[in-house]
Amino acid sequence: MASKVIHVLYTDDDVLMDAVKQVRGEHYHIEEVYTPFPVHGLDKAMGLAPTRLAITSFMYGCVGLTVAITMMNYIMIEDWPQNIGGKPSFSYIENMPAFVPIMFELTVFFAAHLMVITFYMRSKLWPFKEAENPDVRTTDDHFLMEVDAGNHDLDIMTSFLSNTGAVEIKVIDKQEDNH
Amino acid sequence: MYTLSSKLKLFSIILVVVGAIGLTVGFLSAPSSIEEVKEMMASHDAHGSGHGDSQAAEIHKGNTIHAENGLEKDHHSGDEHYKHVLHQLQNKPWAALYVAAFFFFMIALGVLAFYAIQFASQAGWSPVLFRVMEAITAYLVPGGIIMFVILTLSGFHMNHLFHWMDPDLIDPSSEKYDALIAGKKGWLNSGWFLFRAAIFLLGWIGYRYLAVKFSRKQDEDSTGNKWYKKSFKWSAGFLVFFIYTESIMSWDWIMSFDPHWFSTLFGWYVFAGLFVSGITTIALITIYLKSKGYLEFVNNSHIHDLAKFMFGISIFWTYLWFSQFMLIWYSNIPEEVTYYITRIEDYKLPFFGMLVMNFIFPLLVLMNSDYKRINWFVVMAGIIILCGHYVDVFNMVMPATVGESWFIGITEISAVLLFLGLFLFVVFRALTKAPLLAKGNPYIEESKHFHY
Repeated sequence: MASKVIHVLYTDDDVLMDAVKQVRGEHYHIEEVYTPFPVHGLDKAMGLAPTRLAITSFMYGCVGLTVAITMMNYIMIEDWPQNIGGKPSFSYIENMPAFVPIMFELTVFFAAHLMVITFYMRSKLWPFKEAENPDVRTTDDHFLMEVDAGNHDLDIMTSFLSNTGAVEIKVIDKQEDNH
Repeated sequence: MYTLSSKLKLFSIILVVVGAIGLTVGFLSAPSSIEEVKEMMASHDAHGSGHGDSQAAEIHKGNTIHAENGLEKDHHSGDEHYKHVLHQLQNKPWAALYVAAFFFFMIALGVLAFYAIQFASQAGWSPVLFRVMEAITAYLVPGGIIMFVILTLSGFHMNHLFHWMDPDLIDPSSEKYDALIAGKKGWLNSGWFLFRAAIFLLGWIGYRYLAVKFSRKQDEDSTGNKWYKKSFKWSAGFLVFFIYTESIMSWDWIMSFDPHWFSTLFGWYVFAGLFVSGITTIALITIYLKSKGYLEFVNNSHIHDLAKFMFGISIFWTYLWFSQFMLIWYSNIPEEVTYYITRIEDYKLPFFGMLVMNFIFPLLVLMNSDYKRINWFVVMAGIIILCGHYVDVFNMVMPATVGESWFIGITEISAVLLFLGLFLFVVFRALTKAPLLAKGNPYIEESKHFHY
C-alpha cells in the first residue's frame, strides 16, 4: 500500500528546530529529519528516546577491563612467570601496578571500538550501503523534514508547513517496500 | 543581594570556637619530656591495647634492621627512640594545624585558578557563577596570612615541622650533618623560603584583589567592556605566574617535608588536588545557595558542567597519582621508594582509602550523565571528594612530621573544624558584598541561557 509523506526543506537549523516544535505541537508525525550536520538538541525536540549507547559503552569497558586482567594474569603470572625489574612475585595483585596501563588501554579500546560498531549497527550502516537520504541537498546545505501525511488534509498541512519557514514542500508517494 | 543568615554565622562561630578549644587541648596534651612519653606509652601497654604492642614490635624490627646495617649505636636502642616519639608527638598538633590550614587555603587557591581560566578562555557558560568564585577566593587573604604565620613560626623554630630547618644538619662539624640537605641549602634555607612564600602570596592575593575590583567595576560601567578586557589580560598573565609559583609552592610547603625525596611531577599532582577541591567547593556552595532560593539564574546545566569538571579532574588527579607511584614503585630505587614504603606500611588505610574516595567513588557516582544534574548526588560525591583530598594532604604531610605516631583524633578534627568555620564565615560574608549576578559581564546572557 502506498502512503503519502511530505518532504519539507529548510536552509537553517534554527528555523528547522522551531519548525519541528510547531509540527509536533500540531500532532503531525515526523518520520525522520535529514541534516547535513548534527543539530544540537534536535533529538529532544523530535521527542526521540534517549540513546542507550552510553550504557553499552560502559559494559564494553567492563569487558575490556576483564579481558586485560585475565590476559595479563595468564601471560605474566600463570603461563610464563617473568622477572621484570626484579619483581618476580608470581602474584597478580603484587604486580598489579605494572598492568594498570594495559588495563586502562584495553578498557578504552573495547569501549571505543565496540561502541562505534554498535552505533553503526543501530543506525543500519555498513560498507557499500546505499544512502537513504531522499534528497542529495541534505548532504550540503539543506535540512529535510519528512512528515507523515496519514489521513490529514494535504492542503491544510502544506499551507501550515509553508508557514514554518520551509523553502520547498513536496508531496511524495512512498512505497512500503522501499524501506 | 545575599544576606548572611544569623544561623550560618552562629554555626561558623561555633565551629571556630569548638575547633580552637580542641586544638588547644591537643597542644596542651602533647608531651613535653621523654618521661611523659614513657608514661604515655606505658599506660597504653597497661591497657593491653594491641596498638602499644605492635608499636613495640616495630621498634624491635627497626632496631634489628639498624643492626644488620651495622649502623646501630649504643644510645640508639635506649632513650633515642623515646626522644624520637617525643618529637613526633610534639609535632602532631602542629601538623594537624598545618594540614587543615593548607587544605582550606588550597581550596581558595584552586578556585582562584579556575576563575582566572574562565576569563582567559572567555568561557561563556560560567559567568553566573563568578560571584560564588569571587567569594570563595576571599578566603585567600586570611588563609594565606595563616599559612605564612605557620611557616614563619617554623622558620623561627617554634615547631619542627620542617626537618631541614634544623641548623645542625648543614653544619659539617655536627654529628647530625646531612650532606644531601646541606647540598640543598642554597634553596632550602629559612630566609629564602619565607621570602618566596611572601612573593607567592602577594602575587595571588594581588591578582585576586584586581580581578574582583575589575569585576565590580564592569558591573557599574560595561561600555566597551574596558574592565572585562583588563581582567582578561591580568588573568592570562596570572595563570603563567600561578603555574610556576604553584609548583614551587608545592615543593616548598609540602615536598620539603621529605627533604631527601623529590618527584618531578609533584607540582602538577598538588595542582590537580587543589583544582578538584576548589571546583567541588564551587559546586557545593552553588547548590547550597540555590537551595536557599538564591542564584535563580543558575540552572542544572551549570551544575552538570561543574560535576563534569569534578569527574574529569578526579580522574586527572588519579592519573598523576598513579604516574608518580608507578615509576617509583617499578624502579624501586631505595631513596625514592622509601616515600611509598612509609606510606604503605604506616598509613595503609588513609593511603588506599584516599584512592577509593578520590577515584573509585567519583568515577562510579559521577559517570552517568543524568546523575551529574541531581543535586544530592553531586553533594554526596563532593563531600567524599573533599574528605578524600583532606586525607591526601594528610598523607603528604604526616609521614614526614609525625611518622607512625599519627592518629585522626580530637586534634586533627578540631583543626578541620576551626578552619572550616573560618572558611564558611569569610566566604559567606564575602558573598554579601556584591550582587550575586555579575551583570556587567559580556557573556552573562549566554551564561544565563546556557543549556546542555
